Amino acid sequence: MAKKLVIEHLNAWFGAVQAIRDITIDIEENGVTAVIGPSGCGKTTFVRCLNRIHEVVDNAMVSGRVMLDGVDIYSKTSDPVLVRRRIGMVFQKPNPFPTMSIFENVAAGVKLNGVRRKDRIADTVERSLKSAALWEEVKDKLHKPATTLSGGQQQRLCIARTIAIEPEVVLMDEPASALDPISTARIEELIQQIKERYTIVIVTHNMQQAARVSDYTGFFLLGELIEFDRTSDIFTNPRDKRTEDYITGRFG
Amino acid sequence: MKLVTGDRAIRFIATIFASVILALIVLIVYELLKGSVPSIHKFGLKFLVTSTWDPVSEHFGALPFVFGTIVSSVIALVIALPVSIGIAVFLSELAPRPVRPAVSLMVELLAAIPSIIYGLWGLFVMVPFLQMYVEPALGRYFGFLPLFSGAPIGVGMLAGGIILSIMIIPTIAAVSRDIFNTVPMLYKEAGFALGMTRWEVIEKIVFPHARSGLIGAVMLGFGRALGETMAVTMVIGNAPTIAASLFAPSYTIASVLANEFTEATTKLYLSSLIELALILFVISMLFNAVARLLVIRERTAK
Repeated sequence: MAKKLVIEHLNAWFGAVQAIRDITIDIEENGVTAVIGPSGCGKTTFVRCLNRIHEVVDNAMVSGRVMLDGVDIYSKTSDPVLVRRRIGMVFQKPNPFPTMSIFENVAAGVKLNGVRRKDRIADTVERSLKSAALWEEVKDKLHKPATTLSGGQQQRLCIARTIAIEPEVVLMDEPASALDPISTARIEELIQQIKERYTIVIVTHNMQQAARVSDYTGFFLLGELIEFDRTSDIFTNPRDKRTEDYITGRFG
Repeated sequence: MKLVTGDRAIRFIATIFASVILALIVLIVYELLKGSVPSIHKFGLKFLVTSTWDPVSEHFGALPFVFGTIVSSVIALVIALPVSIGIAVFLSELAPRPVRPAVSLMVELLAAIPSIIYGLWGLFVMVPFLQMYVEPALGRYFGFLPLFSGAPIGVGMLAGGIILSIMIIPTIAAVSRDIFNTVPMLYKEAGFALGMTRWEVIEKIVFPHARSGLIGAVMLGFGRALGETMAVTMVIGNAPTIAASLFAPSYTIASVLANEFTEATTKLYLSSLIELALILFVISMLFNAVARLLVIRERTAK
């Protein structure tokens, strides 16, 4: 498989506090890569560096390279706005825009890309909601506020909103941690369905989830990448003692 | 549980102080009403729609003052709103973090300048500037509109509106900044993650989120403009006329009260002024009430 993202010597700081140290990792195209580790290990910061949203926070800094199809997204000529249209993100807490309807939420990014024709926007909204397995539940109330949906539905709406702009990579930051088990199962199912078309990086503190959905897994501890390998190898045959301790539940 | 003596004492004292506020408002309304009785008796509702103000023959009407008060405040708002929103956006979204407290402080300092100083500056600096440059230019290019017709005399409705706008900018800017700061990062990040630019995040996420709170901010500024006295009195021209032109002199309720109270020698004259005060009180209360209501609604909606 081809390498979609090549990350080299990535460091990130919040002010003087270094959140991740010297991360080097390759993300395979059309695969699901899981990032696991205990709270505060830098896994969220790591994915937030991949679409340059880390730098939106005050005092945040990044060094190193993130190559998307061979081009560094942190080069001087790279525009973070365009990077984020190619690398979408789903957040830990469902965050549909509260001032917009269900339809407008999904259409928001599509319109940004210059699509003006109403029928094309409507097509994209329908297709995205179907991909996110939400269409059947909302097709009769598309113009209701997004906040009327349940938490699980809101998170699937956020996924629909993200894939509506057809990014190449979808970053998911603990997308199911605020959801009940049934909603979680639906999100996991969804990841399996859409991974054919997207490269997915998912942060999770749930090891079973990483084992179920991912092809590759990276284990983070105290801001460093301890081990990165095929998911099956990480969980059955970890090379590092710390990885083994974590996945067998001895700490974290 | 039984309250200890100290607790009981402090509760008693605080309750008294709080009741004083309520008593004051009731008393003010009572005094205003009582003072207006002769005028209300003489002119009735006609007082509100009459534009004569003739102390010699004792014919009094409030219309030019109500007009001057509301129109000058509206002009102030039209000018102040975009500037204030710009300041608030800069302070909450764009300015580098170390710069923010300094700029915020300067905006708040604007509110601390005594209004007589605004008035002096307005009269000696702004009015001549309006008379020599701004009004002739407006007249030349937009003179076909009644708004910009007539002689450029400097003092008048335009000068009053501009000085008021400068005085309400700190209020609107500070409140708007606080409202923008309440928009959760969560939603702004969702916008950035969709590939929105900074401006698109402000326009599509921050503004809609802040909308009803902004209405509250605007109303608070408007309420301030309605009651502002000193600076306006010095630049608005003080003539009880109703003219379409912004260059024409006008008069506000607050200004006429300040100017004429010492001259009000007859009972009816004094009473008419007090009724004007009552009208200003009612207008201000109405706008403040609506503003509070909108702010409360915004808070409970989240």
